[in-house]
Amino acid sequence: MTGLSEVSLGHYLAVAAVLFTIGVFGIFANRRNVIVILMSVELILLAVNINLVAFSAFLHQVAGQIFAMIVLTVAAAEAAVGLAILVTFFRNRGDISVDDAAQMKG
Amino acid sequence: MGLQAIAFYVLAVVTVASAFGVTTARNPVHSVLFLILTFFTAAGLFVLLGAEFLAMLLVVVYVGAVAVLFLFVVMMLDVDFASLRAGFARYLPIGGAVAVFLLIEMILVSGAVAERGAAAHVKPLSGENISNTEAIGRVLYTDYLYDFQIAGLVLLVAMIGAIVLTLKHRPGIKRQTVADQTGRSVRGGLQVVQVKVGEGIAE
Repeated sequence: MTGLSEVSLGHYLAVAAVLFTIGVFGIFANRRNVIVILMSVELILLAVNINLVAFSAFLHQVAGQIFAMIVLTVAAAEAAVGLAILVTFFRNRGDISVDDAAQMKG
Repeated sequence: MGLQAIAFYVLAVVTVASAFGVTTARNPVHSVLFLILTFFTAAGLFVLLGAEFLAMLLVVVYVGAVAVLFLFVVMMLDVDFASLRAGFARYLPIGGAVAVFLLIEMILVSGAVAERGAAAHVKPLSGENISNTEAIGRVLYTDYLYDFQIAGLVLLVAMIGAIVLTLKHRPGIKRQTVADQTGRSVRGGLQVVQVKVGEGIAE
């Protein structure tokens, strides 16, 4: 067990775990606000990125950073499409309450 | 306590606190600003890990593009955000319970992985003879070429999807029709008129 004075892999994994948990908590707590839900998903993906980069650094493998870049790409695409859907939904309905989102069914 | 440890703890605390601010802020604009702070401090953590390129990428892509996109949407949509927070207190207990269980599980698992996994008791590489950016560049365009191309394709599809979703054809606005412009011929667009001296042209 490394002491507190030395930053080990476990420290980074713990930060990522806390970040992931906050993201999940945000999805639960802000169930009606899609914008905050999307931000919580970004937090979750950031936690995944921290995990990937931490393992990449401690295993001396650069592959993890490549994966993190791809996760970054997917996160950006997800945010763009999610916000586009949100804008369209707002234009059709006049508000963004998720409770009525089931009416988007075709 | 070394300088690196102090930097880590400061960055970690600020990251977690601002992430908590994202989910609990009353005003969504504050949420976005907290998100930007979270990304900045996470980039600091990446620098500590020796992943400078990814840290800069995080700042450029997330703070420069994604967070600003969020800010635009939050400010553009005229929504009563107070009503959207109505269920916050109701969902707080179950959300908190799920979060606590998830956190305990993940801390246990990650503790075990860090103690006994492949990366246990390995120090991060420092003082390599090639820079982080160069190391990424060496494998990104060779070993991971297909992944790189697929990532580009994902971005292309997302871009087309976002444009298709938000493009609206409003009636009563003159739009450019390229087919009509290129299909225009001399016969349709030009007319030769014989003008008599001193009379000019009347409609």
